[in-house]
Amino acid sequence: MRADLQAVCEIIERHGHRKAALIGILQDIQAKMNCLPQKALAQVSRSLDIPLTRIYEVATFYKAFSLEPRGRHILQVCLGTACHVRGGARMLDYLENRLEVKSGKTTKDLAFSLERVNCLGACALGPVMVVDKRYFGKINTRKIDSILEEYQDG
Amino acid sequence: MSPRLASISDLKALRQSLKKTRDGEKPCITICAGTGCLATGASEVVERFRQEIRDRHLEEKVEVRASGCHGFCERGPWVVIRPERVCYTHVGTTDVSPILSETLLEGKVIDRLLYQDPTTGERRVHEQDIPFYRGQQRIVFGGNGEIDPTRIEDYIAIGGYQGLEKALSEMTSEGVIETIRRSGLRGRGGGGFPTGAKWEACRKAEGKERFVICNADEGDPGAFMDRSLLEGNPHRVIEGMLIGAYAIGSEEGYVYVRNEYPLAVSNLGRAIEQAGEYGLLGTNILGSGLTFALKISRGGGAFVCGESTALIASLEGRVGEPRAKYVHTVEHGLWGQPSILNNVETWANVPVIITRGADGYASIGTSGSKGTKIFSLVGKINNTGLVEVPMGTSLRRIVYDIGGGIPGGKRFKAIQTGGPSGGCIPEGLLDLPVDFDRLQETGSMMGSGGMIVMDEDNCMVDTARYFVQFLQEESCGKCTPCREGLQQMGRILDRICEGKGEDGDIELLQDLSRVMIDASLCGLGLTAPNPVLSTLRYFRDEYEAHIREKRCPARFCKGLIALSIDPEACRGCGACLRVCPVDAISGEMKRPFQLDGDRCIRCRACEEACTFDAIKIR
Repeated sequence: MRADLQAVCEIIERHGHRKAALIGILQDIQAKMNCLPQKALAQVSRSLDIPLTRIYEVATFYKAFSLEPRGRHILQVCLGTACHVRGGARMLDYLENRLEVKSGKTTKDLAFSLERVNCLGACALGPVMVVDKRYFGKINTRKIDSILEEYQDG
Repeated sequence: MSPRLASISDLKALRQSLKKTRDGEKPCITICAGTGCLATGASEVVERFRQEIRDRHLEEKVEVRASGCHGFCERGPWVVIRPERVCYTHVGTTDVSPILSETLLEGKVIDRLLYQDPTTGERRVHEQDIPFYRGQQRIVFGGNGEIDPTRIEDYIAIGGYQGLEKALSEMTSEGVIETIRRSGLRGRGGGGFPTGAKWEACRKAEGKERFVICNADEGDPGAFMDRSLLEGNPHRVIEGMLIGAYAIGSEEGYVYVRNEYPLAVSNLGRAIEQAGEYGLLGTNILGSGLTFALKISRGGGAFVCGESTALIASLEGRVGEPRAKYVHTVEHGLWGQPSILNNVETWANVPVIITRGADGYASIGTSGSKGTKIFSLVGKINNTGLVEVPMGTSLRRIVYDIGGGIPGGKRFKAIQTGGPSGGCIPEGLLDLPVDFDRLQETGSMMGSGGMIVMDEDNCMVDTARYFVQFLQEESCGKCTPCREGLQQMGRILDRICEGKGEDGDIELLQDLSRVMIDASLCGLGLTAPNPVLSTLRYFRDEYEAHIREKRCPARFCKGLIALSIDPEACRGCGACLRVCPVDAISGEMKRPFQLDGDRCIRCRACEEACTFDAIKIR
């Protein structure tokens, strides 16, 4: 954890110790640690002299942040309007059933976190799913099966 | 050698020399590298072209350019070969070698890669002959296909930073504002507020410093023109902001970008760096005395941050809660100082206006809405993509001439515009000329320009529920009408979609809408009832069918449909059995299967898997 806190301090340093950069700092911490651990947030609070409650307020307001550890692979199902009219919600249902996990949660084996996002701006390919930043367009249940297979072990 | 440009004549000289190196006759293979095409494998195609050209020692003869988004995402990866602009769709790595051998070296067109019209089956050779492009007027978006967005030199060569040049050398700050005002430009982010008036108010407001902000928190689901502009032509946005900074006297600007747009963040970041190296950002820009620094701020994934005051709160590192609008951003914006906030497309229009002049720009469009507007045409439409047309173009022209109509021989039902603040427009209004005011009259709005086409399979009650659910999650919760109103509306709509609707529900929805419109704090709550009210206005019969007959006319709502297997059509192939996630299907191979209605969760995976059309929906 000590090394992690060191990393937190470096991130804060990189943002010039500015209170206004709080959101950017939290984003970088999450990118590094996969979530926002309590100890990291406490460090941010000490370093920037911002009350911990205010940091939690920000960390829980924005959808980009997660306080819980996330899976090795992040599955994002787009539910923007274009994907919705092309059956995106059905794809999310299917994934919830297949992985036995609700959206916003992580599978018990920590393999996958399932998230719904509101429009990735790739509407021509709808319904769209993104796995670890790789886009899969025009998904259907068969495609989902083969995608999951590919990522299951890795 | 430092590329820093010390004066306007330096910039002009650089442009001249860059133009010379860009030989118009030299073959150039342009591969679209926007998010859409990258998702279908464009980067591998770019790599393969580069590799093969090296292998064949053609580097001197052929240029390869990974360009900004061309807007026709449906057909990606998209390749255009200049100068003739032969255009190939769905290009894969295995097509690279034949393209080089046949098209480039022998001048032969490869038929199978050409665009094929979905309705007539006709093939088109050149980009400019494809109906999707022919119907457009791309004064803002057109640059995307001409440049590699990671090279400032490309932008300068096609006339980039000419608007800044003109503003700094020929115009006063007041003159710039006057030109923007006379051009009739209105904000492209949704509200349609006159940009010139906003700038003027900001310039006159008292403050220690002033800020220029670009709203790139494109949150409207189904709209992606801002992403494409920022990814595909970031310097145009920077140039617009520089002109804005000169006009109001600002030295610092911010671009607030959605976190969901990683490529936009990286291309913009690179563009800001390059502009700095060339002295187009920083101190004493082009020797004019103008100082301007630009920073990127990444959003945290909150729709409400598209609302100006919430965005500013987020820029300051706080939660994105809006404040009451009687305090104007132009006077008390970022850090309480005068600020102008415009969206990406608005900023991208600014250089066009300055170079063309106010009158030239104002000659395009309708009396109340000038210029062009970029729409993202998505949903149940043949040609999905970004469409830039003059204001006043009819919906019918956009949907049928440019968009190529509805796929699969289905019937058009409605077009949704304006995102979650907008509404659904029915078939009867398809001849409506699209501009800010006419859309508002229909009960919808321009919004940021998303156009989602819906066909007979889409349920309008479900559509209203979708937007209400969306907004319910995105409401910041600060004011009661929006927070509670959306929750109650969501419950009522859920109930209707589940077949538990009651008489009086429609009236209750209308009452709630009125309160929200009257009493909400910010734009999100004020416009949140629009999707409900507009579907009630044009598709009330669908609501009534759900409530009274417990029937979903589009056979979409899960609670109102039942699945079964048609024993006549079923061949017993077992495809449905394999995909059913809840084991509701049973039977012997090669005999008709059975579906257990009690177990079925109506996910319709079987319907998708069945190739014999044996799954029936009631």
